[in-house]
Amino acid sequence: MDILQIVFTESFWAASLRIATPLIFGVLGALICERAGVLNLGIEGIFVAGAMSGWMAVWLGAGLWGGVLVAALAGGFFGFIHALLTVPLGLSQHVSGLGVTLFATSVSYFTYRTALPNVSSPPRIEPFRPLDVPILSDLPFVGPVLFQQTALTWLALLMVAVVWYVLNRTPLGVAIKAVGDNPSSVDAQGLSVYGLRIGAIVAGSALMALGGAFLTMSAFDAFFFGMINGRGWICIALVIFASWRPGKALIGALLFGAFDALQVRLQTEVGALVPSQVFLMMPYILSIIALVIAARGADYPRALLQPWFKGQR
Amino acid sequence: MIRIEPRQDSGPLLRYGVPVLSAVVALALAAIPLASAGANVVTAYGEMFSGVFGSIFAFSEMLTRATPLIFTGLAAAVAFRARLWNIGAEGQLYLGAMAAIAVGTGLFDIPGIFLLPLIILCGAAAGAAGMALPTFLRTRFGADEVVTTLLLNFIILIFLQMMLEGPIKDPMGLGWPQSPPILDQGMLPTLIDRMRVHSGLVLAIVAAVIAQFMLVRSVWGFRLRAVGENASAARHAGIGVNRLLFSVAIVSGALAGLAGVSEVAGLKGYLTADLSPGFGYTGIVVAMLAGLSPAGVVLSALFIASVFVGADSMSRAMGVSSYLADLVVSMSLLCVLVGGFFARFRIVRTRVSAGGA
Repeated sequence: MDILQIVFTESFWAASLRIATPLIFGVLGALICERAGVLNLGIEGIFVAGAMSGWMAVWLGAGLWGGVLVAALAGGFFGFIHALLTVPLGLSQHVSGLGVTLFATSVSYFTYRTALPNVSSPPRIEPFRPLDVPILSDLPFVGPVLFQQTALTWLALLMVAVVWYVLNRTPLGVAIKAVGDNPSSVDAQGLSVYGLRIGAIVAGSALMALGGAFLTMSAFDAFFFGMINGRGWICIALVIFASWRPGKALIGALLFGAFDALQVRLQTEVGALVPSQVFLMMPYILSIIALVIAARGADYPRALLQPWFKGQR
Repeated sequence: MIRIEPRQDSGPLLRYGVPVLSAVVALALAAIPLASAGANVVTAYGEMFSGVFGSIFAFSEMLTRATPLIFTGLAAAVAFRARLWNIGAEGQLYLGAMAAIAVGTGLFDIPGIFLLPLIILCGAAAGAAGMALPTFLRTRFGADEVVTTLLLNFIILIFLQMMLEGPIKDPMGLGWPQSPPILDQGMLPTLIDRMRVHSGLVLAIVAAVIAQFMLVRSVWGFRLRAVGENASAARHAGIGVNRLLFSVAIVSGALAGLAGVSEVAGLKGYLTADLSPGFGYTGIVVAMLAGLSPAGVVLSALFIASVFVGADSMSRAMGVSSYLADLVVSMSLLCVLVGGFFARFRIVRTRVSAGGA
C-alpha cells in the first residue's frame, strides 16, 4: 500500500516535524494565555508580526538570533496590548483579540510596504540551516528526521518541556493555572491576578511570534503577504484538542503536521484525479473535525473569558 | 487605591460621544505612521479629505465602498448582540456571491423583475447556510463558533478558487479564473449616471432599518437581547436559546451573503477570488464602532469607507502605502473598545481605610 510506504519514510516525518514547528510555538503560546484565563485571538496577527519583524531584523543585519529576539519582542508588545484591554479593563476577549490581529497585521504590512515600496520579488535572507547534533544525528531513523531540522525546531521542542515544567512543577505554574480557574483564590493569597495574567499573555504571545518567525527565517527565506494563512486560528483549535496540556499540544501539532505532509504526498500521487484545492482545504477541515471531536469533553479553564476586577465578587 | 466601578447611567453624550471620539483619535493617530513614512502629515490629511469629499465621483466611490460594509457590519452587529460570534462574514459573503453567479449568469433567462429577486434570495440563503453550519456545530457539539467560522472562511475561499477553475469558470474569460458575467437584467441598477454607486446601497439601508426595528421593537429582538445579556437567565425564562441562536445565525449569515450579492450584482458583474478585500473582517469593526446598533452601522460604515477611499487616493497622490487605511480601521476598533470601557465604568480613587472592604 502506497500510504504505508510513505508513512515509514524518514523524509515524511522530517516534513511533518517541519510543518508542526510553527504550530507547536502557536499552540504553546495560546495554551499559556488560556491557562491564565484569557483567550488570545490576537494570535493570527502576532504570527504575522513575528514573521515580518523577525525577517526584517535579519534583513537589516541583526543576525538570525537577533531576528528571533525581535520577533519575540514584537509578539510580547502586541500581547501586552491584548493584556491591557482584557485584564485590567476586562473587555471582550473575542473582540479585543480580533482587534489585535487586525492591528498587528496592518502594522506589519504597512511597515513592510513602507520599507520596501517597489519590490517585485521579496528580498531573501540567509535562513537557519539544519542543525547537526553530534550524537542524536547518528541514531537510526530518528537521526535523519531530526538531522534535517533547524535550531528553531529544536527550540520548539525544548519549549514544550519548559512550558510543561513551569506549569506543572513550579509555584509560578500553579499560580498561572489557578488564575485561570479561580482568580479570587489567587487574590486571597495575596498574589496579583493582574500581574499573573498580563505576564502569561505577554510570554504566550512572544512564543506565538516565534511560530511566525520560523516561517520567514527557517521554512522560507522571505516575507509574503498572506503567508500566515490561518495558521494562528488552527492553533486555537488545536489548544482545545490538546486539552490545554503541553505534551498533548506537541502530539496534536505533530499529528496535524503528519496529515498535512501526507496530503502533499497524496497530491503528487492522485493529483490528476482530484482538484488540488481539495488538498489545500484539508488542514482547515481537519482542524474543524479535531475541534468537534474535542469540544464535547473539553475541560476549559474555569475562568476562561471571564474578566476579574479587584474588589468585586 | 484605585477602584473601578460601573457607572449608574451612561448618558447619551457618552454613548454617542465615545464612538465619534474613537474615530477621531484613530484618525489622528494615523499621523504617526504617516510621519514615519516620511509624508507631509497636513498634506496627507488634505489628500484623504479631498479623496472623499473632493468631487461627486469621489463621494460616489465612498458610498460604493460603504455598501458591502453596511451588510457585513449588520451581520456582525445582529450576531454579536446575541453573543453569537460570527467571524465568518468573509466566507458567507463569498457564498452569497457564488449563489448569485450560479443563478444569475444564464441558468434562468427570465425578466429582471423575477431574476433580481431570485439572485438576492439565493445569495441570502447561501450566506445563511454558511452560518447555520457552525451554529449547528456549536449547539450540537459545543464547538466554538469563533474558530469554526474563521476556519470556514479559508475553506470557502479555496472552494471558490476550485469553482472558478471549474464549473463557474468563464469560457470567454481568456483563461483567467473568473466567472461569466451576470445577465444584464439581473444587475442592480446604478443610482447616478456614470457613477459606480448602485441600488445595493438602498438595499443595505433598508436592511439596516428593518434590523433596527426588529432588534428594538419585535419580540424576536427582545429575546435576542435577553439571550445576549444572559443566556442562562433567558433559558430559565423559557426562551428556546438554541432555536433563537439558529434564527440569529440565519439572519446574520443572510446579511453577509447579501454583501456578496451586492458586490457581484451591483458593482463587478462577475466573480473573482479577490472580490472582497476583507469586508467580512472590517464589518466587525463597523459593528463595534456602531455600538452594535444597526442604525449606527450605516454611519460607521460611511466612516470606515471614507477612511479606505481617502487613504487610497492619498496613497496614489503621495506614495504612502494604502495599508494605512487598515491601520486606521484597526486602531479605531481598539480605541472604541477602550472608550466603551470608560463609558461603562469609572475609575475612582479611594483612600485605604482600616477594615473597609
